[in-house]
Amino acid sequence: MNAITIENAAKHYNGFTLGNLTLNIPQGCVTGLIGENGAGKSTLLRLITGAAFPDAGSITLMDSDRRPLHEVLQEVGVVWDEGCFPSTITPEQLGKMLSGIYRSWQPDVYEHFLDRFQLPRKKGFGKFSRGMKMKLAIAAALSHNAKLLILDEATSGLDPIVRDEILDILYDFMQDETHTILISSHIISDLERLCDYIAFLHQGQLLFCEEKDVLLDRYCIIRGSEEWLNSLGPQAVAARRAGSYGTEALAVRTLLPQNTPYERASLETIMVYLGKEHTK
Amino acid sequence: MTIVIQNTSDLPIYEQIAQQIKQHILSGALHEGDALPSIRALAKELRISVITTKRAYEELERDGFLYTVAGKGSFVAAQNLSLIKEEYLKRIEEHLQEVVDLSAICELSIDDIITMLHTLSEE
Repeated sequence: MNAITIENAAKHYNGFTLGNLTLNIPQGCVTGLIGENGAGKSTLLRLITGAAFPDAGSITLMDSDRRPLHEVLQEVGVVWDEGCFPSTITPEQLGKMLSGIYRSWQPDVYEHFLDRFQLPRKKGFGKFSRGMKMKLAIAAALSHNAKLLILDEATSGLDPIVRDEILDILYDFMQDETHTILISSHIISDLERLCDYIAFLHQGQLLFCEEKDVLLDRYCIIRGSEEWLNSLGPQAVAARRAGSYGTEALAVRTLLPQNTPYERASLETIMVYLGKEHTK
Repeated sequence: MTIVIQNTSDLPIYEQIAQQIKQHILSGALHEGDALPSIRALAKELRISVITTKRAYEELERDGFLYTVAGKGSFVAAQNLSLIKEEYLKRIEEHLQEVVDLSAICELSIDDIITMLHTLSEE
């Protein structure tokens, strides 16, 4: 079952076009949305959450084809990249406000998160550090029985200790198999372990959405001379980076001759190579 | 039960998990009928994805090391220990073949290798 179904969706802004893209986010899994700055990750997340409407195509969020979107959004927690609350609001006031918005608001869960994150209850949001802002946004997103969690760059700009804490909370959230996470980030090391699926957006287009292990299994890094790489055939070499003393290439492992020395490719190298290859 | 994941290893993570659980079964640390952690709990503990963990369990199930009861979890299956031992013997043989090949290159006698083995096992 899909938590999010996107069919031929497109959005045009002045100077930027997203799509057409077709993408399914499976329920019970963590899907990482990767791509360079300006690839369209946030635009896509805005379309999914109904903060913007696609110019073409359709987007179904959980069962939004059978009930109004605002009802479905009761079960969706969203954490935006930038602080998304008014700068004078305090965590205490925010809790009161959200309890009027979400029918299944859980004050005790919210309180628990405030304690766990050591967030001052009476301090204005504008005076919070970036880490505290992110933590408050996560506390708010997880305190109304959300089934789907959407995070936009939730871990970028945070120190490793806070990032680690946030990963812990995401793992806790995923203990329920009906829960789904869609997380966008360009800090890929965070996603490399957590994610089940990786969707790669590049210049407004979806390059692929695949199971992470399959992706990591398929590609590898090889090094050698141009002539040697050419001899492997065009199918085997997906992308290359030429240097004065040899060429490094992203290759398809199963198409290499047996016993070719190779290195496993990280998600980051795959993204860099494929991104560059498609820019040409 | 200890499971160690090495990011620098050439083996995919699911292979590493499957191999280590296999070793725990072979060494007797895990017995027939023992419950394994749920896929999601293990994914959290090891900080890896759910699908990666699922794949490791599926592999073990396919090889007959585990069985899964819907809604209850995964358990260690009755083992054919001689079969596992045979698998290890095959691996040892492969390594020894390499030793023989290498020693031929540097003209080392079999007796020298036996002495080396003795020294190694005493360490």
